Amino acid sequence: MRRIVRSTLQTAANLVFFAIIGTAILAATYGMTHEVIERTVEAEKLKLISQIVPPASYDNDILKDERHIEADALLGTTTQTVAHVARRKGEPVAVVLESIAPDGYAGKIALILAIRANGELAGVRVVSHKETPGLGDYIEIAKNPWITSFDGKSRNIWGDKEWQVKKDGGQFEHMAGATITPRAIVKAVNRSLLYFAAHRDELFAENIAATHAGGKP
Amino acid sequence: MNANEFKEIVHNGLWKQNPGLVQLLGLCPLLAISNSLVNAVSLGLATTLVMTLSSASIAPVRSYVPNEIRIPVFVLIIAVLVTVVQYLMNAYMYGLYVVLGIFIPLIVTNCIVLARAESFASKNPPLASALDGFMMGLGLTAVLAVLGGVRELIGKGTLLSGIDLALGDGAKDWVIHVIPDYHGFLLAILPPGAFIGLGLLIAGKNWLNLRAEAKARSNPAPLSNEAVQG
Repeated sequence: MRRIVRSTLQTAANLVFFAIIGTAILAATYGMTHEVIERTVEAEKLKLISQIVPPASYDNDILKDERHIEADALLGTTTQTVAHVARRKGEPVAVVLESIAPDGYAGKIALILAIRANGELAGVRVVSHKETPGLGDYIEIAKNPWITSFDGKSRNIWGDKEWQVKKDGGQFEHMAGATITPRAIVKAVNRSLLYFAAHRDELFAENIAATHAGGKP
Repeated sequence: MNANEFKEIVHNGLWKQNPGLVQLLGLCPLLAISNSLVNAVSLGLATTLVMTLSSASIAPVRSYVPNEIRIPVFVLIIAVLVTVVQYLMNAYMYGLYVVLGIFIPLIVTNCIVLARAESFASKNPPLASALDGFMMGLGLTAVLAVLGGVRELIGKGTLLSGIDLALGDGAKDWVIHVIPDYHGFLLAILPPGAFIGLGLLIAGKNWLNLRAEAKARSNPAPLSNEAVQG
């Protein structure tokens, strides 16, 4: 019995030894790379935002001017997301929201959309999707300009009827054979505009953290 | 490691025991990520890097690892190396990191990595083990490259699409539109295309082997050292 206990402890010590070395290597790698990773992720995010909100139209640090948004059925989100506000001389220009179309042909379609202060869409982009390649993937800007048909649209003139694909009696084009994908996106964008209408003031409210710009908590 | 051993390890990895065509280990990434040349080669090279490092680090410690915890220790070493590769790709090859996504961490569970650790690196000296890991990785990468290239060509009519993700925006013009105005052949891009393509590759390899055997039988060359081995 004693022998079994002793050999177990010895073997476990051996395993722990490898675990410690492994952890040390990982900690060192993390330490070396995490700043670069944070910078890369921010740069990528800024690149995406600059596609829908022209960098010349605002003068604030848009990545710092952020607010956390609780999961909301109108946005289709199930976890907290982050919204960014573009301002020019302190006046709100646009808000960048994350939204999810839950009913794509092959699951969720993640969107990012920018809404101007007057309620018009500045632009929409698909961040990730699993739609059929060659059929439903014309929602990607790299494949087709379809997604730009949202530019300048709003709920100021159009109601729920117009905010549908043409097949359902709405105003949005779609390609034959792939209507489920654009239908899901049109619905999601419409709902996001409703969310914006209901929360406009909170979204554009001065962010206390952001007014003390530069200082990290 | 003498010249003969060296030659045998290289031959095993690239052809005779090719992980993609003969051992058929690590099919998950092979089938899932081979829809374009760039994706396929990138994941292949990441796997090669992990295999070389894992074999090279398992071989020197092999006599200190008690037999009963051999596999936990190997898996630990492989997991550490994959995480390191993942951090590095996240930091310096972000576009590719996003495209390969879940398949980078999945290298940990790629059967071929543990298979080489268990069947080669745990019994051989570090240098030979590193070479074995490297060659097995290259063998897998070669199969991935052919499969990815063929699927991309038939499916989309291009080669090297997405190269800018791996090498930066400057490489955007490297994409070759082999067939202009091609409308695409969806089957090749979707999973069935991977199965059909791999099946054809395996059949092709078997055919080459059979032909070489038949040639050797009908034309019995003087028995050299190599012919005996082959």
